[in-house]
Amino acid sequence: MRIPINEDRPIEGNLMAENEKAVVHVRLKDGVLDPQGVTIQKALAQMGFDDFVSVRSGRFFELEISVGADNLDHQIDEICSKLLANPVIENYEIERKS
Amino acid sequence: MKFGVVTFPGSNCDYDAYAAARHILGEEVEFLWHKSSDLCQSDVVILPGGFSYGDYLRAGAIARFSPIVQEVVKFAESGGFVIGICNGFQVLTEAGLLPGALIRNSHLKFSCKYVYLRVEDAECAFTRDCDHHEVLKIPIAHGEGNYYHFKEDIQKLEDSGQIVFRYVDGDGQLTENSNPNGSLNNIAGIRNREGNVLGMMPHPERAVEDILGSADGLKVFESLRSAYQVARVAGVG
Repeated sequence: MRIPINEDRPIEGNLMAENEKAVVHVRLKDGVLDPQGVTIQKALAQMGFDDFVSVRSGRFFELEISVGADNLDHQIDEICSKLLANPVIENYEIERKS
Repeated sequence: MKFGVVTFPGSNCDYDAYAAARHILGEEVEFLWHKSSDLCQSDVVILPGGFSYGDYLRAGAIARFSPIVQEVVKFAESGGFVIGICNGFQVLTEAGLLPGALIRNSHLKFSCKYVYLRVEDAECAFTRDCDHHEVLKIPIAHGEGNYYHFKEDIQKLEDSGQIVFRYVDGDGQLTENSNPNGSLNNIAGIRNREGNVLGMMPHPERAVEDILGSADGLKVFESLRSAYQVARVAGVG
């Protein structure tokens, strides 16, 4: 019996090249303490990478959108400001790919 | 009077809050399921601690969109008493009922221990049975309790007296060492301008009997009861 691997079970949508895509980057605003970034920077210094004086962490989201969605820019912006980012502490950037 | 305790998937202090209000305070309590839109005529709504929706995305971020929180927002906006404890505080900031945000503890570790809180505002509904600058011993248990807001907004909170609790040492002194998570100005709990919504990271429901290590948290529940009674008399009169 063959053990199924991921390539045998493509996630529906991933193969549909015609879907629109967007990538959203969320990062903490300048001035907001990023304890994770600070810790990573300290680790780098310990590893001997003395030239890397600051690290800011963040996260990104890949969105796949069915073709023909109305008002897409507006929708993505709303998704970002209401859910993906907390505007009190975070900024976001939207990158559209089609 | 009746307390409503919201249960999200991932809440883990809902039974503690229930027990504090029902068995220690002796009032009526009902659980409010996250998918429900019915506050069941609660006079006070408690958003309990835990990890609602697994804390995915950001603590409290998903809970904000649940049907019950939509109702809690309306309830709060019409003057109802709402207290968010720990994860509940995070939900309240995400929902915009309280200003600011709770970010990762500055030391990055989950912190679970008793701390001392100083009552900065003993006039509000949640602390009216406390003395000004009374020191309460109440435990914390969180990884993201580091209160953050912009400098000018923190100043506004200070100026309008919305900071209700601060982390202090056992003598009531404001020190850096007594701050367990890096919160700005040692902030442990804040209220809204109107005074009917409180968010706090420490867990008063875990400190309601001496056998638990402290009964100081009961004062928050007792204060709410007396605030409710005062409001009721005023409403009837």
